[in-house]
Amino acid sequence: MNNLEKNSQVKKLTKYKSQIALLIMVVSIFGLFMITSPEVFLKGRIYQSFLSTVPIMGVMALGLTFVLAMGEIDLSFPSVMGLSGFVFAITFQVTNSVILAIIFSLLSGVVVGSINGILVTSIGIPSIVATLGMQFLIRGFSNIISNGLARTVALDKTISYKIFAEKLGVIPVQSIWFIGIAIFLYFLLLRHKFGEQALFIGDNQEAAGMMGVNVNRMKIKVFILMGVIASFAGILSCYRMRTWWPTMGEGYLMMVMAAVFVGGTSMFGGEASIEGTFIGAFIIGSLEAGIVAAGLSGFWTQFICGVLIIVSVIIHTLSKKRKGS
Amino acid sequence: MDQLVEMKNIHKSYDGVVALKGIDFEVGFNEVVGILGDNGAGKSTLIKIISGVHSFDDGEMYIKGVKINPKKYSVKAAHNLGVETVYQEKALADKQALWRNVFIGRQITNKLGFLNINKEKEETNKIMHDLMKFRGIGVSADSVIKNLSGGERQGVAISRAMYFEADLVILDEPTMALSLQEVKKVLKFIQDIKDKGKSCIYISHNIANVYPVSDRFVAIDRGKIVGAYNRKGVSLQELSEELIKYTEVGIQKKEDEKVLSNE
Repeated sequence: MNNLEKNSQVKKLTKYKSQIALLIMVVSIFGLFMITSPEVFLKGRIYQSFLSTVPIMGVMALGLTFVLAMGEIDLSFPSVMGLSGFVFAITFQVTNSVILAIIFSLLSGVVVGSINGILVTSIGIPSIVATLGMQFLIRGFSNIISNGLARTVALDKTISYKIFAEKLGVIPVQSIWFIGIAIFLYFLLLRHKFGEQALFIGDNQEAAGMMGVNVNRMKIKVFILMGVIASFAGILSCYRMRTWWPTMGEGYLMMVMAAVFVGGTSMFGGEASIEGTFIGAFIIGSLEAGIVAAGLSGFWTQFICGVLIIVSVIIHTLSKKRKGS
Repeated sequence: MDQLVEMKNIHKSYDGVVALKGIDFEVGFNEVVGILGDNGAGKSTLIKIISGVHSFDDGEMYIKGVKINPKKYSVKAAHNLGVETVYQEKALADKQALWRNVFIGRQITNKLGFLNINKEKEETNKIMHDLMKFRGIGVSADSVIKNLSGGERQGVAISRAMYFEADLVILDEPTMALSLQEVKKVLKFIQDIKDKGKSCIYISHNIANVYPVSDRFVAIDRGKIVGAYNRKGVSLQELSEELIKYTEVGIQKKEDEKVLSNE
């Protein structure tokens, strides 16, 4: 019994080691920002701004965390965000119906997700290659059908604007969506059959298959989930800017991956940290503003972002190694 | 329905490589059958077809008298027919907790598909206590598989099969890389299956281990059944000699092929 207790105590400590390291990182980064530019970081406005910008990138990072848990990767989401944003904008312009626009937009995410899933499972293309191809294909496709022209959408006159773009008191609603989706995905990953099967596929695909998990069907479903989440990010972005523009989503690829890796999710599958990604998104999403506010040039953003990724991955890797030994 | 499993003229190939060339194989009720053969003989393919991991290309298969449609048969369908397979540690996910590994593919959930974690852990603790006899050795339902020893992993895989009370338990190399003590446990498990009136198929290299608990042996070589023996009609010595014969013939043929291809 003694052994058992000791074992579980050690486990509890090591279990949270990554999370503790992450929290220390957040506190020190924001602490540093507060010291270097108190006029910005000791006031509420900057945080309000983060709470409306970070969620758009953050929800996609949450989705990607799920894909990585399954041992796959999706690089097509920035283009899916762009395509679905276009579908949303054009449907709204034509029908003037927000509900139809949302449905069609999410459906476009389902379609791209299914194609990704089928390329990976039925044809057997590695997901990094299949989704890279799809990233270009989808971006090109939305440029072709939109003629490369931006669209303005008069969403601020709809009731839905309150749900997707305004503030609840002082809190931007985007952040409420972000928290809601994070909680949903957390339970889906760790407390639901769906997430458990994804984790088993990421851990040992052959074993999952032998124990009755339908590996191919699960993979397609997870790619669809990622597609739908990217579509939702496109919708949120259209609401926020009241415009769709052809490069929507570009620039998110690296930021989203950085958020996921800083959060402690590995490339190897079988384990993932939704809560880590949630925090990672805020770290990555606030970096640029903090650095610029501190008076450094924008060049520093990439450099510091790189340092953060490397340092956090080292911390996560070391803490896992100790856990194993 | 006189047989639990009946296979007639089963063919299987992978991307043009023939693995099984017309196998006739059966397992009766309350029978323990050992499949013997060299590496690459087709033993694993055979059991993976019975357990629903692979489909077959041609032939007929019946389980409990039910004709199997190879296109629709799956691991789940096999579970539902009472076929349980133990692939030892190969079928465990390393980074996951023990309780998740016990119930994967057959999770206890509510109507919305959310796991009943308490119930799964409780059942896992029962399994560990009653079936695996893991007591006070630092293993709990929350233990992560990668921290378990080889024997413990096998214990998990076997207990999982016992828990789901299969009518046919298939064991793939159940005694490989185990200590003597652990081998004894596995043999006891096979005996228990027999005593409970259930059936068992196992694959093993070590016939000396499994000889005493078996009713019948089937030898496979290059995708074909090349020998069938009743334990009552063959001594361990004779059986070993028979198998060595096949192995030697196999090795000789392989070497001949190598020489030919080199030339």
